[in-house]
Amino acid sequence: MAINVSLSVNGQAVSRDVQPNRLLVDFLREELGLTGTHVGCDTSQCGACTIHLDGLPVKSCTMLVVQADGARITTIEGLAPDGDGGDLHPMQEAFRQNHGLQCGFCTPGMVMAGIGIAQRHGLPSNDVIRAELDGNFCRCTGYHNIVKSIAAGAKAMAMTGAKTVAETGGE
Amino acid sequence: MPDDMNQIKGGVHQAVAHDSAARHVSGSAIYVDDIPEPRDLLHAYMGMSDRAHARIKKLDLSEVEAAPGVVSVLSARDIVGENDISPAHTKDEPVFAAEVTEFVGQPLFVVGAETRDQARRAARLAKVDYAELPAITDLDAALAKKATVAPPQELKRGNAAAAIEAAPHRLSGRIRTGGQEHFYLEGQIAMALPGEGDEMRVFSSTQHPSEVQQSVARVLGLADNMVTVETRRMGGAFGGKESQPSLFATVAAMVARDAGRPAKIRPDRDDDMIMTGKRHDFIIDYEVGFDNAGRILGVDYKLASNCGYSADLSAAINGRALFHLDNCYYLPAARMKALPLKTNRPSNTAFRGFGGPQGMAAGERVIDEIAFALGLDPLEVRKRNLYGVGERNETPYGQIVEDNVIPEIIGELEKSADYAARRREIAGFNEKSPYLKKGIALTPVKFGIAFTARHLNQAGALVHVYTDGSIHLNHGGTEMGQGLMTKVAQVVAEEFQVDLEHVVVSAARTDKVPNTSPTAASSGSDLNGKAAQLAARQIKDRLTAFAAEHYEVSADSIEFLPNRVRVGNQEIPFPDLVQQAYMARISLSAAGFYKTPKIHFDFETGQGRPFFYYAYGAAVSEVTIDTLTGEYRVDRVDILHDVGRSLNPALDLGQIEGGFIQGMGWVTSEELVWSDDGRLLTHAPSTYKIPTCGDRPRDFRINLLEGAANREDTIYASKAVGEPPLMLALSVLHALSDAVASVGRHKTCPRLDLPATPEVILAAVARVRGEAQDD
Ligand code: FES
Ligand code: FES
Repeated sequence: MAINVSLSVNGQAVSRDVQPNRLLVDFLREELGLTGTHVGCDTSQCGACTIHLDGLPVKSCTMLVVQADGARITTIEGLAPDGDGGDLHPMQEAFRQNHGLQCGFCTPGMVMAGIGIAQRHGLPSNDVIRAELDGNFCRCTGYHNIVKSIAAGAKAMAMTGAKTVAETGGE
Repeated sequence: MPDDMNQIKGGVHQAVAHDSAARHVSGSAIYVDDIPEPRDLLHAYMGMSDRAHARIKKLDLSEVEAAPGVVSVLSARDIVGENDISPAHTKDEPVFAAEVTEFVGQPLFVVGAETRDQARRAARLAKVDYAELPAITDLDAALAKKATVAPPQELKRGNAAAAIEAAPHRLSGRIRTGGQEHFYLEGQIAMALPGEGDEMRVFSSTQHPSEVQQSVARVLGLADNMVTVETRRMGGAFGGKESQPSLFATVAAMVARDAGRPAKIRPDRDDDMIMTGKRHDFIIDYEVGFDNAGRILGVDYKLASNCGYSADLSAAINGRALFHLDNCYYLPAARMKALPLKTNRPSNTAFRGFGGPQGMAAGERVIDEIAFALGLDPLEVRKRNLYGVGERNETPYGQIVEDNVIPEIIGELEKSADYAARRREIAGFNEKSPYLKKGIALTPVKFGIAFTARHLNQAGALVHVYTDGSIHLNHGGTEMGQGLMTKVAQVVAEEFQVDLEHVVVSAARTDKVPNTSPTAASSGSDLNGKAAQLAARQIKDRLTAFAAEHYEVSADSIEFLPNRVRVGNQEIPFPDLVQQAYMARISLSAAGFYKTPKIHFDFETGQGRPFFYYAYGAAVSEVTIDTLTGEYRVDRVDILHDVGRSLNPALDLGQIEGGFIQGMGWVTSEELVWSDDGRLLTHAPSTYKIPTCGDRPRDFRINLLEGAANREDTIYASKAVGEPPLMLALSVLHALSDAVASVGRHKTCPRLDLPATPEVILAAVARVRGEAQDD
C-alpha cells in the first residue's frame, strides 16, 4: 500500500507515492538520484547519510520517507547548486581548502553536520566541534583537518551570513 | 614574469588538494553505488553458513527460488568454471561452500532479485541441513591443534639459543595482539554488466582490479580478456579491499551471466563485517638474553597467527611480521618462527601494516621488559639497541640498513617534544595524584618498503597527450583516499612542466593497463609514479627530437619550461608544440613500465634484500589513566616522520595522522569479540569501537623530517607513507604501560596486551599494584 508524501528537497517540491517502509536515504538516492548522501553503516552510527530536515542535521538511514512528509530537506547537492567546483557553500569550501577529506565517503555527512554545528554554536571551539562530531565517523583522517574545516567554515558562514537552500525555502 | 612562467601550479612537492576534493565536498564524486543504475538491474544477496564447521548434508533452496521477485539462485553446483577465488592460488577458498562450511558467514549461495529488499529476504529462506564437525574457533585452540594454512616460516641469524644461554640476563614472556576490522566507510560492493557474447564488465570497489578480473574469469570459465574491471575510487580500503572484493564481484558476475541482466551486490554493514577477513590476531612468545646495559645479545620469537579458514595472504603477512620483529634494533643473534594457524573464522587478510605492526609490537614489548628488568628508562634501552650507522647494521634477514635516520629522528623528537622534562613532570604529578596517573613513551618505527613477493613490484602507466595539449593519465594504481591519483598526476605535470589542471587521471581499468599489482604495501606512488614518469619521458623525448629536427636546433637547446618549451632562441607554448608534432605524425601516446630494482630474497635461506628502502618515524605519546575505572585519554602526541622529499606534504600529513589514529584504534579500543561457537559478536559499530573525533589526542603535533631525500632512486626522492605511521601508535600503548607501571613504582612490567581497553588497564593496575605489595 503506497502512501503519498509531499516534501521539499533542495528547494524543489516533490510529491510521490512511497511504500510505508521506504527509508529516506533510499528515496533520496534511488528515486531522486541524489547519491551524494552516502550509506556507511545502515544503523544510525556513522553519519555518512546526514541531511538537513527542516534545518537540522538528521541521519537519513534510519528515517522513513513518510516521516518526512511536509518537511524541507537539504542534501549535500542542495548546498552547491552548480556542483563540481562551481559555487560552493562556505562549509564545503572550507573542507576543500583545509584538506578535510581523504576517501571522501564521510565528507557529505561531515559537511552537513558541520553546518549544523555552526548554526547551533556560531563560532564553535575545537572542543565543541569534537564533542558534536561524535556521531560522524571518519576512518581515513584523524579528524584534525575535519575539525579545522568546520571551524573555518563556521567563521566563513558567520562572515557571509550563508544560508542553506532549506532555510531560504529555495529562494 | 607572471608566476605561471616561473613555476607550474601543482608540480611535485607542492601541497595541492586531493584531485577529487571539489567533487567530494559537493557530493558529486561517484562511488560504485552511485553509478546510475542500468535498466533491468538485479540486486544480489548471499545466503551464509550458520555453522563454524559442518558438513552440508542438504542445501534446500526451493523457498528461496519461490520467493517474490527472485530471478536467479546459484550455488556451488552452478559454477561453470572453478569454485575458487583464493588470491595466492592456494585453491582453498571457494566462492560457495560445497560440502563443508568452515566459518559462520561463509557464503553458500547467491540470489538475484528485482529489488535489494527482495534479495535480502529471499536469502534468509534457505533450509540447510548441517552435520556439525569439531571447530577451532580461537587462536589458543589453534595453537594447541597446530593445523596450518601455509608452511611455517623461519628467519635466523647466528646461534640465538647459545647467545641467550650465555647472556648475563634472561627473560621470557608472551604478548597478544588483537584483530582489527577495517571498517572502510564504503562497504564492499560490485556491479557486473554482461556485454556482447561472453563479455563481462565489472565495477568493483577494489585495490586489485586485475585480481578481480582473474577471479571473475576463473569462476565463469572465461578467458581473462572477456572480463574488464573498473575502479574509479573506493570509500576507504586499508587492505580490506585487496583480496576480499573478489567474492562480491564474482557473485554479481554469476548472477549477471545467469540472468543476462546487470547485477549489483552491496552487503549490509553487519554482513560485511561477518563475512570478510580482518587483521590477524597473534600470540607471540619471546625469550631474550641481554647484557647489563640492556643491549640485546640474543632473542627467540615464536609467532602464532590466526589466519582463519584459508591461506589468503597469510603467508606473506607472517613473513612481514618476521621482518619487523627487529623494528629499529640490532639483533646480534635471533631465531624467529611463524606458524600460520588455521581456525574456523573468516580468512584473515591484509590490513595496513600487513603483519608488520604485530611483529613490531612484540619487538617493543621486549625492549620494555628489559627496561623494567634493569630499572632503566625504556627510551634509554631503545637508544642503546638501535641499528648503528656503518656498524651493527645487518638485519636478521641479511639486509644491510643503509639509510638509517632513526638516531637523528629520535634525537630531534626528544628535544622538540621535551621528553626528558615532561618525564620528570609526570613523575611529580604521579607522586601527588592518588587516582589519575600519567605516562609517557617514545617509540620508533622502521618499515620495509616493497612487496615481499618480488613479482608484485611492477607497474604500468599510460599517458596520452591530446592535440590541444591536455593530458590523459591512466595507471594500475587505485584511489582509496590516499591521494594516489593526485600524486601521480603531479609527477606527469612536473615532467611536461604544465599546470596540474591540464592532467586528468581516469579510473583504473584492466583494459587500459593490464596485469597490475594491488595498490598495497604503501607502494602506490613509488611504483605508479615511476611508471607514469617513464611514459611521460618517452613522449617528451619524441617532442624534443621532433622540435630539434623541425626547428633545426640541437636537442640540448630544447628545454621544457613552465607551460612552454624553449626551442633554440624561441619559446613555444606547450599546446602549440604538441599540435605541430601531431601534424608531423609524431606519436603522442606512451606506455611506461617500471620494476623496483635491487630487491631479491631467498625464501630457502631466509636471506636477501626484500626491501628497496626503509621508511622511518617516531612518536611521543602522553596519556592519563584513571586507576579506579581503567579509562584513559591521550593528552598529547608528537610525531616526527620520514617521507623522503614529500611528493605532497598535505597528503602525506593526512596519511600520517590517519594512520596513527587507526593504529591507536588497534592498540586501544577496537576489540573483536567472538562467541565460543565462532560467531562474531561485534558486527556493527554499535559494539565495535573505532576512534571518533573525541578520541583524538588533545594536543597533536606532526612534523615531516626535513632534508630527508630518499637515498634510493625513488620518484622525486620521496618515500612511501601509507602504512608506516600506523605503527607510531605503539607509543600510546607504551605510554599506557608507563602510567600503569607507576602504581607499582615502576618495578613490574605491565605487559599490556592489545587492545589495551579500559578493562585491560584496570586489570593491569590491580595486578601491578598487587605485585608491588608482594615484595
Ligand atoms: S548510514 Fe546512516 S548513520 Fe551510517
Ligand atoms: S575521508 Fe574516508 S571516511 Fe572520512
